Amino acid sequence: MEKLVQQANQALSCVESGQTILVGGFGLIGAPLTLIDGLIKKDVKDLTIVSNNIGEPGRGLGLVLNQNKIKKAIGSYFTSNRDVGDKYQKGEIELELLPQGTLSESIRAGGAGLGGYYTTTGVGTDLAIGKEERVIDGTTYILEKSIHADIALIRAHKADTLGNLVYYKTARNFNPLMATAAKTVIVEVDEIVEPGELNPEEIITPHLYVDTILVAEHILTTEGVVVHDRESIENRVTANNR
Amino acid sequence: MTVSLSKIELQQTIAKRVAKELKGSITVNLGVGIPTLVPKFIEDPKVHLHTENGLLGVTDVKEEDPNLVNASKLPVGEAVGASYFDSAGSFGMIRGGHVDMAILGALQADETGQIANWAVPGKNIIGVGGAMDLLVGAKKVIVAMSHASKDGESKIMEKLTYPKTSNRSVDMIITDLAVFEVRERQLYLLELAPGISVEEVQEKTEANFIVDL
Repeated sequence: MEKLVQQANQALSCVESGQTILVGGFGLIGAPLTLIDGLIKKDVKDLTIVSNNIGEPGRGLGLVLNQNKIKKAIGSYFTSNRDVGDKYQKGEIELELLPQGTLSESIRAGGAGLGGYYTTTGVGTDLAIGKEERVIDGTTYILEKSIHADIALIRAHKADTLGNLVYYKTARNFNPLMATAAKTVIVEVDEIVEPGELNPEEIITPHLYVDTILVAEHILTTEGVVVHDRESIENRVTANNR
Repeated sequence: MTVSLSKIELQQTIAKRVAKELKGSITVNLGVGIPTLVPKFIEDPKVHLHTENGLLGVTDVKEEDPNLVNASKLPVGEAVGASYFDSAGSFGMIRGGHVDMAILGALQADETGQIANWAVPGKNIIGVGGAMDLLVGAKKVIVAMSHASKDGESKIMEKLTYPKTSNRSVDMIITDLAVFEVRERQLYLLELAPGISVEEVQEKTEANFIVDL
């Protein structure tokens, strides 16, 4: 199956209103900014977004938030985008806050076919309210359910045309987990290479998880997010495929 | 008589004192806020720094890379012998008890050593991040925070008024005025910052504590 597409709107053709979407990234680092831009341009609403932060104010997922397309956000740290709090205080968004270890483990569990797991994190706090408690060998745990979604939008460094992925430094974060936990997994990358060019020992996400691959146009730089034009991207892709 | 420090001077003073606790071949996780100022004061090169967003081996920035950051999303460097991992792996290390020490910021601490640092009801502070995981998993937890809030209220109180982060008490609280140790859910004043008296700490601390200088 051909996984490579040229445009964000093609990549996002399966995205519909009301879906649950996993979005990679720790803030903007490792966030699929090109696919998020596609989401901004797409006419969808009532999305449930699972992402650590919901972007930053007016950047990344923060823009989707400001378009009122997000019905519910599941994440660990909304303090860095005060717009999330503003909407929450006004009753315009539903929030589910999870400890970051629980958020990541729930996604991992969802991708690994588990219904949930018991953790000590959060026991006795407000985040444990309504969750089943269980004592195992003298230690109190709470039950956390796994997370599985319709769509995952993720960011990797390189893909081969089969869909094998490698990541780059701390831009890895939630991306490999999210790649396992959605019906449709869409990835944007800096570079696309031929099968055999990635060292099999270094592949973090094997290709069977990946459905669609797009070359990133929106790139995080030290000067902020820079948008690359189509032509320079095609040169980049062709050069890498040579 | 105290000399009034600017916010950054105050934070640096706390960070410098915290750094003294970091000795030997240990793995230390640094949280958001004042903890991110700690690395430049660490003297022992054997200390390994872990950041929740997926790096063991944090060091000073050599060349700024937008995709190489710490938990505060600030640029960092990659130490010799560093490794990267995903978020579930990172928190497996934390919850699994493999991280020796965590340095956390806090909004409040109480006289049993419990802390609150993830939510302020009615305000836009809605973010637990890795704090709850670190409190259940790190072998030792040190809180680094200013002694008083912006309004001059004691942040070390009899009882927390914000939601607590964990049932666990932290092991140590380091502020701009003093160092407290928590032993069996009781605060002990161990050390005073230069120029600070016991009376001043007593006056500026709502919580009860035992003086053990």
